[in-house]
Amino acid sequence: MKVGSVFDLLGPVMVGPSSSHTAGAVRLGLMAAKILGAEVKQARIQLHGSFAETGKGHGTHLALTAGLLGMKPDDSRIREASRIALEAGMETVFENVNLGDVHPNSVRFLLTGWGGEKAEINGSSLGGGKILITAVNDFNVEFTGEYPALIAIYMDYPGMIAEITKLLAGKGINIAQMKVSREGKGQNALAVIETDEPITDILSSEMKKMPMIEQVMFIEPIIDI
Amino acid sequence: MRSYGELVEKTEKLNKKISDMVLQEECLRTGIPAEQLLKKMKNHYAVMRESVESGMTGEWKSLSGLVGGEAALLEKYRESGKSILGNLVNKAAARAMAVAEVNAGMGRIVAAPTAGSCGVLPAVLLTVQEMSDATEEDAVQTLFTSAGLGMVIAERASVSGAEGGCQAEIGSAAAMAAAAAVELCGGSPDQTAQAAALALKSFLGLVCDPVAGLVEVPCVKRNAMAAVIALTAAEMALAGIKSAIPLDEVIDAMASIGREMSCSLKETSRGGLAVTPAAQKYKDHLAR
Repeated sequence: MKVGSVFDLLGPVMVGPSSSHTAGAVRLGLMAAKILGAEVKQARIQLHGSFAETGKGHGTHLALTAGLLGMKPDDSRIREASRIALEAGMETVFENVNLGDVHPNSVRFLLTGWGGEKAEINGSSLGGGKILITAVNDFNVEFTGEYPALIAIYMDYPGMIAEITKLLAGKGINIAQMKVSREGKGQNALAVIETDEPITDILSSEMKKMPMIEQVMFIEPIIDI
Repeated sequence: MRSYGELVEKTEKLNKKISDMVLQEECLRTGIPAEQLLKKMKNHYAVMRESVESGMTGEWKSLSGLVGGEAALLEKYRESGKSILGNLVNKAAARAMAVAEVNAGMGRIVAAPTAGSCGVLPAVLLTVQEMSDATEEDAVQTLFTSAGLGMVIAERASVSGAEGGCQAEIGSAAAMAAAAAVELCGGSPDQTAQAAALALKSFLGLVCDPVAGLVEVPCVKRNAMAAVIALTAAEMALAGIKSAIPLDEVIDAMASIGREMSCSLKETSRGGLAVTPAAQKYKDHLAR
């Protein structure tokens, strides 16, 4: 394994008992709520593999709920997440499922926001608190929450990527990683662009004005250093 | 960082400490100024201290109810004046268990290098800082030595139980604690390597076979054992005892043992302690 920082070995500061089943689960919930872009009203949470088998003893359910409530992995209220969710009027339903050939610690969120927003997010906890979001609304994606990320859903047409990247370059924003997937040629497409610099409000509003864009989301990084 | 041996060589040539070199390289690699890194590490040390203090109250119980409250028992025995280990070693063992109990009870800890092995480093460092004339700043500084060693282990082998068995988690934690303890006591860069090698060798082959898949049994008590071994290794190295096998080669040996270890003994709970009749009983009880 290539190690990026001393704080990969000392840290994170987290609520136990497991970096993959607890800290990673909080981050998955946090990320899912950010992708929904609204406060969560209802959450159907499908657990796969080791999350389903040993989640209960690891507090995985509490951790996922805490993340959906906006808590970070070091929040000492994670233990009480179920009660806090209940008080906030957030409904959570857990079920054990088989998500197929995916990482053993995987989860699928089916979320509804208070304003009727909907989002379906798949993600995995890779160990050491690291996570990977693997699908958003059935589009395959790959991003980790370590970088600012821009998610754009748009109608696929030639030159769309060039327009987006030009806009970013114009604001002096460097692209760290980028992944594009689509339903088919000329159909709905989704781009995830991870950047080195934070993405400004001006930029997202400019992007929203682009003719073929359906939806733009900006996700702040959830792993701080 | 690929080689701890090279790190020692470079550090000795410049007449510095391992922690200085690790901090300097981290600044270069990340572009983050040293003061900011030190501040973050200081916060880590503060959380470590809190987790020790909180665990020593004996009020923590894990979600499953399998572990908790036993660090306080060890402390109580020390206070009886009949301790076999004596004050210092008893304290280190109790503190390591205390942090691991906080972790099992969903309290706040610093993964070091993992959550399952989070008790060793705080226990050893706090105890050694207390008995020596080292300051809190010194202790925070030596955490960079631990982290630097952890980085070498993660690159050459692994710090994950699922990948390398418990040797990779608790063995790494003990090695990281031993190296830091040596530096905190004024030992040389080479002595930090000797201590780490001596500690890690004691854990080679150790499997990860948690009961019911939880970070509780045998993990919590194993933290106490590892703290004691780390202290012993540090004392040996400071006394001038050397490991016949250099640290980098011990780490490589751990990597190869980890690869040869059956999957049933790498955090899957399909072997070892996890499949004993007693473990099965706990598992059935938890499922209810």
